[in-house]
Amino acid sequence: MRLKNSVYVAAEVVTPVLVLLVILWFTNAGSSFFLPPLQDVFVAFADNWLFALVPTQLVPSLFRLFSGYLIAVVLGVGIGILIGKSPRIRRQASPVIEFVRAIPPPALLPFTLIAFGTGDEAKIILIALVCVWPILLNTVDGITGVDTTLRETGQSYRIARWDTLVHVDLRAASPQIFAGMRAALPLALIIMVISEMVGATNGVGFFIVQAQRTFAIPQMWSGIILLGILGYVLNLLFTLVERRALAWHRGSRADAV
Amino acid sequence: MADPHVIDKRATVPAGGPGRLPRWVALVRHQIGGLGGALVIVVALELLTRFEVLPSRYLPPPTVVIERLVRLLGEAVAWQAIGLTLLGWFLGLLIATAVAVPAGLLLGTSELAYRATRSIVEFLRPIPSVALIPVVFLVFRPGSLEGTVFLAAFAATWPLLVQVIYGVRALNPVQMATARSFQIGRMATFLRVMLPGATPYIATGLRISSTVALILVVTGQIIMGAPGIGLEINRAREGSDVALMYAYVIIAGVLGLLLNTLFARLERRALHWHPSQRTVAR
Repeated sequence: MRLKNSVYVAAEVVTPVLVLLVILWFTNAGSSFFLPPLQDVFVAFADNWLFALVPTQLVPSLFRLFSGYLIAVVLGVGIGILIGKSPRIRRQASPVIEFVRAIPPPALLPFTLIAFGTGDEAKIILIALVCVWPILLNTVDGITGVDTTLRETGQSYRIARWDTLVHVDLRAASPQIFAGMRAALPLALIIMVISEMVGATNGVGFFIVQAQRTFAIPQMWSGIILLGILGYVLNLLFTLVERRALAWHRGSRADAV
Repeated sequence: MADPHVIDKRATVPAGGPGRLPRWVALVRHQIGGLGGALVIVVALELLTRFEVLPSRYLPPPTVVIERLVRLLGEAVAWQAIGLTLLGWFLGLLIATAVAVPAGLLLGTSELAYRATRSIVEFLRPIPSVALIPVVFLVFRPGSLEGTVFLAAFAATWPLLVQVIYGVRALNPVQMATARSFQIGRMATFLRVMLPGATPYIATGLRISSTVALILVVTGQIIMGAPGIGLEINRAREGSDVALMYAYVIIAGVLGLLLNTLFARLERRALHWHPSQRTVAR
């Protein structure tokens, strides 16, 4: 039984619309306090995030997110190269890394609270501290997995150390480094939200908790929808960047789709 | 610098040497050798905090924390917190599995169902589940186990669902066609061909989901005050008992490590026959 392609396309378009309609009907019919009519949420979304609260709530959040993430990328790749290049350091460091990485990230929130307070830097440090591990581990894996022939070829041609590092090691490891960066991205978002829920004066996480405390339910949902869109857009942006950066890689490997 | 690969080989093969030490001695020595780095870090931290280079008010010396940890493990409170955390993790993962595996099998086999729900899944998946904490606050009793279980289950469902869908869609079409040619029946096809074929993916999904579930359970305990390790960490912070706080953080880390190891083992078991294991060794 082979259905026509048009049926699939129709299903792909109709179902989300149908789901939206059901939610609309359900939230209007039922008088649940937690589920306000969908149109109210949309109105709240337009009021808050197009673009009245963007400078005061969204921009600080994004600043923390990107600062922490960038620090994690720089540290993770940098230390990852060091560890990956030296098997001895790798052997000594891996038990420590395995342990610290296994700590559920929110368990470190109280630590940054007492050590760094409730300001921006505490949140940025926490985001960096959590995101660094997947990037670090993948960089180590990537660097150790670099084909020896590539390296030896570089040596035979007497390519300088720095150039070998940039053009051979980092290049060859970049698919894995990107995999680590992709894994770290949702973590950054999660930690950003959590850190703003405890001891913060602004940010999207602060906003939704504040809305919930004052029972401004449509406002709260508008913040949650914003976080969903943020997660989606960040993922999309990352995919675009990755596709550009790894274009050579996708072409050279037939089995990687 | 010498060829790094020579050193690498020497490092990974347990050093027996010409002294002909028993195998287990070499193995133990090999294991301890890897802990040297950890030891150096602990000693460095000890010195840095004892001499107040790092403020011991935030970072008590490791010996103090370890001593507190040992004492803590003799108390019922700690074990209760560990038990409640594991319970939340287990229930969250169980619900996620009960939802994601059947749904994934369905979406993986039926092109129509897959196409119809694809955009919805793609929209719901990236929502950071912690964004739902305020909703959980409203719907569930504050600090209740149900709330954290809901959070953990919601978050753990997506990675597993995606893995199961991939797993079913990656089934070898020749195998499916063979099953059809032999007319072994739907049930047998499902049990003998589809399920084993998708098992490696399910194992990977379970490993990821287990980590996610633990993270969300601890988050729920810290932010929403559900009883467990997270709540104890927060209490210790509020009571300014910093050593106790780190003792609980260490417990959380050990728990995470144990669960990681367990699921990584399961995954390797499920994968041992799979072709992917030959090329992508993780």
